[in-house]
Amino acid sequence: MIFLSLFITFFEIGLFGFGGGYGMLSLIQTETVIHHHWLSSAEFTNIVAISQMTPGPIGINSATYCGYTAVHNGGFNGLMAILGSATATFALVLPSFILMILISKMFMKYMDTPAVQSIFSGLRPAVVGLLAAAALLLMTPENFSAPSQNPWQFWISIALFVASFVGTKFIKINPIRMICYAAFAGLLLLY
Amino acid sequence: MDNIYWNSFKTFFKIGAFTLGGGYAMIPIIEAEVVDKYKWVDKDEFLDLIAVSQSCPGVFAINISVFIGYKLRKVRGAICTALGTALPSFLIILLIAMFFHQFENNTVVAAMFRGIRPAVVALIAAPTFNLAKSAHISLYNCWIPIGSALLIWALKVNPIYIIIAAGLGGYLYGKYIKPTE
Repeated sequence: MIFLSLFITFFEIGLFGFGGGYGMLSLIQTETVIHHHWLSSAEFTNIVAISQMTPGPIGINSATYCGYTAVHNGGFNGLMAILGSATATFALVLPSFILMILISKMFMKYMDTPAVQSIFSGLRPAVVGLLAAAALLLMTPENFSAPSQNPWQFWISIALFVASFVGTKFIKINPIRMICYAAFAGLLLLY
Repeated sequence: MDNIYWNSFKTFFKIGAFTLGGGYAMIPIIEAEVVDKYKWVDKDEFLDLIAVSQSCPGVFAINISVFIGYKLRKVRGAICTALGTALPSFLIILLIAMFFHQFENNTVVAAMFRGIRPAVVALIAAPTFNLAKSAHISLYNCWIPIGSALLIWALKVNPIYIIIAAGLGGYLYGKYIKPTE
């Protein structure tokens, strides 16, 4: 039952997705690419790129896209696929909704206690690792090609990776502009 | 007539529709609307809500919108604001999902995405180092992020278990080890 498994998966992602959009990425990727095979690694990377260029939170964007694609690839029609989108997005938002209301209602005063602060002090360094894992998991032949498969595309990909890293981190180029540059480079060099 | 439902929905719809770059880029825009324009919360309370929304799981923009909606009109208010935040992304991505399949195999689009994908991986790798700095990663605790990343990447451990272990570890450390230091 694909709707039930979409619901459970995105509910889990919403419940355990600490560290904001990028922090959630390794979680979304593990579940949707590695575990359920709803998306390929390249499709997942495309979604991240599309999310960067469209407004709105990346978590919502991937849930919506994934819900649609998973149901569509499951052989259902467009209407069912839209329902799949809605299911995944609703499931992602639900834990936040419940948790935030519980916190405003009764737990606001506990947020500053040593016990809660200790939990966060353990989570913070782990989220850094989650983010690093998200980048590592995306370094696949589907995204970069491979020296044995297509050396030209592989080395161009590596060069684009290094250029984008330096460009956004040190030269502070706007990420959206960086994606446009990379798209242009792809068109010129990888057509 | 009390149209605060409509106002709050509209405000968060606008925030969801016009902020590129996700979560943190939204903070100043949310502040301008919610604190300065409508005065739904004051500045100090807003800072508290940001801090709690960031440390909690889930989508940051949804977390903050639920807080403000709930403060205004309890559960019904929270539904309005959460729906407002999620709806623009939902509709935009739904359209893209419906039509992207037709363009995906277009040779021009495919070439562009071959260039974009390595760049996107870099866009995810770069903030890792900024986050490491703000999470105060040092020689003593760098084994936590490095270990977590390796477990997820090389051994395919589900990140959920890493999150649970890290929270539990932090709690036990705070309770039994730190006070005796």
